[in-house]
Amino acid sequence: MDLNFTPEETAFRDEVRAFLKDELPSEVADKVRAGRELTKADMERWHAILNARGWLAATWPKEHGGAGWNAVQRHIFEEECCLASAPRIVPFGLFMLGPVLIKFGSPEQQKAVLPRILDGSDWWCQGYSEPGAGSDLASLKTRAVRDGDHYVINGQKTWTTLGQHANKIFCLVRTSTEGKPQQGISFILVDLDTPGIEMRPIKLIEGGHEVNEVFFTDVRVPAENLVGEENQGWTIAKYLLTHERTNIAGVGFSVQAFEQLKSLAQQVRRGGKRLIDNPLFAARLAQIEIDLEAMKITNLRMLAEAQKNGAPGPESSILKIKGTVIRQALNDLSRRALGPAAAPFPSEDLEGNLAVAPADHARDAARYFNNRKISIFGGSNEIQKNILTKAMLEL
Amino acid sequence: MHFELTDDRRMLADTLNRFLTDTYGIEHRNKVAYEAPFHDPAKWAELAELGPLFALVPEEQGGFGGAGFDIATVFEPLGRALCPEPVLPALMAARLLAAAGEDLEPLLSGATRYAVALGETDAPYALEDIATEAAPAGEGWELTGRKSVVYGGNAAGKFLVAARAGDVIGVYEVDAEDAAVTGYGMIDGGGAAEVFLEKTKARQVLADAGAALQDALDFGALALCAEAVGAMDVTYDMTLDYLKTRKQFGRAIGSFQALQHRMVEMKTEIEQARSITILAASRMGTEEQSRTVSMAKNLIGRAAKLVAEEAIQMHGGIAMTWEYPASHYAKRLVMIDHQLGDTDHHLEKVMAGLQVA
Ligand SMILES: Cc1cc2nc3c(=O)[nH]c(=O)nc-3n(C[C@H](O)[C@H](O)[C@H](O)COP(=O)(O)OP(=O)(O)OC[C@H]3O[C@@H](n4cnc5c(N)ncnc54)[C@H](O)[C@@H]3O)c2cc1C
Repeated sequence: MDLNFTPEETAFRDEVRAFLKDELPSEVADKVRAGRELTKADMERWHAILNARGWLAATWPKEHGGAGWNAVQRHIFEEECCLASAPRIVPFGLFMLGPVLIKFGSPEQQKAVLPRILDGSDWWCQGYSEPGAGSDLASLKTRAVRDGDHYVINGQKTWTTLGQHANKIFCLVRTSTEGKPQQGISFILVDLDTPGIEMRPIKLIEGGHEVNEVFFTDVRVPAENLVGEENQGWTIAKYLLTHERTNIAGVGFSVQAFEQLKSLAQQVRRGGKRLIDNPLFAARLAQIEIDLEAMKITNLRMLAEAQKNGAPGPESSILKIKGTVIRQALNDLSRRALGPAAAPFPSEDLEGNLAVAPADHARDAARYFNNRKISIFGGSNEIQKNILTKAMLEL
Repeated sequence: MHFELTDDRRMLADTLNRFLTDTYGIEHRNKVAYEAPFHDPAKWAELAELGPLFALVPEEQGGFGGAGFDIATVFEPLGRALCPEPVLPALMAARLLAAAGEDLEPLLSGATRYAVALGETDAPYALEDIATEAAPAGEGWELTGRKSVVYGGNAAGKFLVAARAGDVIGVYEVDAEDAAVTGYGMIDGGGAAEVFLEKTKARQVLADAGAALQDALDFGALALCAEAVGAMDVTYDMTLDYLKTRKQFGRAIGSFQALQHRMVEMKTEIEQARSITILAASRMGTEEQSRTVSMAKNLIGRAAKLVAEEAIQMHGGIAMTWEYPASHYAKRLVMIDHQLGDTDHHLEKVMAGLQVA
């Protein structure tokens, strides 16, 4: 048992740190720290910087332009990025579609799509969920009917994250109604410029625009855009789910949020005293620290296991559940720490002299409400518990 | 022993519920609650005409209520409707003005909107921490300091400001136009303001207001508890309804035991919240008023957060949207804990009471 990084891993971490110090634009990091909305340009800029270094596609093999990192390196990179308040890499092209094409795509598809993800020519979004198909994804209804060398798509996708920036969408569509619902699903790539597609914004609880609805009416898509075989989409989706699962615990986010919270509790004063000197508050903070310290090790243990077995097992659901619970608890405590100052609707007007909350914290309540999503999407925590029940309990 | 409301109170609750259901539906509410002036001045006037403000004070001061149960009767319907009208500041101002024996007519008729400016950046909840200073100036007084997150301050004509002259905390009246007031909206709807006072002209209402301020805070906190109970009931109903209608895996999601038990827990906490609010209402005007209100506000803070978070989680993505009303209920329920003392603040007060023999 040795909990320390190897010398190589430590060297890698230092390299990542130095890179972030030199290359991460401070005005972008400032926005991330304060929870302000990033523009499309901010995200593209960061992608380009990472791509220039060859670090954008952490999970792809080198021959496709990826970093070729192992799980521990990816973990180190993700954690360092969080600590430096780097923007999250937009995952849809890089961590979802990329690995799918590398595994299931034709050489032509790989050649046509992968480089354009890396250089930012294309922005992909994920078209899985539908109004009637959330947790029960296999019940999806959006139809794709073969017509000569095209598929004709009709239906609706929803919750499409950052679809407003995207020019492409990868979709799960129904190509057959025979047999079990899982057996009639296909995975297809769609150009959002195709006639018959309409995207509408969905405003979220805290007022932000990050998700959309996408409507498909007689949308003609070339048949060669199908990935893998017809009706093989569920296998692909399941493969992708395991890939979605590497940074699933979000430990980096939590570590960063904890540091910010500790510093906030030192700034906030109640009467003559710092909030961190209030025993009730300090107890809450310490409680989260304990959970987080354990989570770091749970995460590393499962990482090591995944490294050994080639893929994360069902235990990764533990990471998803506990990881999101801890993140949400941190968001909750930051909001509380602010007292009434958490309550104003975030706006540019309330800055400088008029600032009600300490710098970087005007959006803590908004962040708390927005992050209720993390226990809902990517397989809700209830669904994760169902997975664990099946896989572990043998009842 | 019985737990029925008097006929008068039941009628008032019915009237308010009907008025709010008919004219202050969630769409209208969301339209006015998030845009300056963050409430609906026309509806404020109509609401005032129905008389709920008079229910906030006793007959001696020109009202027809003023007891704990009157407050609960008014605020529960407001909570059910997520009503952003500044009734809470009116209640607290009425308590202060009544304590000073002042004329309440302009307030009770709705003609003058008051805001009560207590909290400061470094003193959000505890009265003894406030730093705003009052100094005599000629016939009157001058105030200097900053009052932060003054609920209803964006739409108030007059402020009642807590300020200290030496060790003594008093209450001073300031005209809105004499102060530098910056209004803004709140994340859960409604409005507030920063109030900057710089040798600002003021009238002394109460020289030594410690007891009156605590009383106003107690009544305000009780009102928030009742508001939360109303909002929790609606949120619970909405969630239960959704569990019955939303289908996944070929069945209503309410058929999953994992969710059923959590609905039961939610209901249990709501009933506990209702009970402690009733207890606090019954103890208004007694020696145990403050401590019981603190118990209630603490329990409400915990219950309301549970209800908000569980309602969102059990709805799934839909309750994350602005379009779906539960999201607004959830925001209000969580943010009530940021008003007039949070769970920890009130827990400390209850703890302090443990040491009194
Ligand atoms: C902000 C946000 C961004 C998203 N981004 C995307 C995206 O980019 N692309 C995309 O395709 N999707 C996206 N999603 C959709 C997300 O994956 C779904 O919200 C999620 O799958 C849950 O589905 P649902 O919202 O329909 O809830 P439902 O499936 O209706 O679930 C409602 C409730 O029932 C529970 N439940 C369901 N089944 C069971 C069961 N068997 N046992 C116990 N409890 C159960 C759930 O856990 C939940 O609590 C996003 C969602 C959100 C909120």
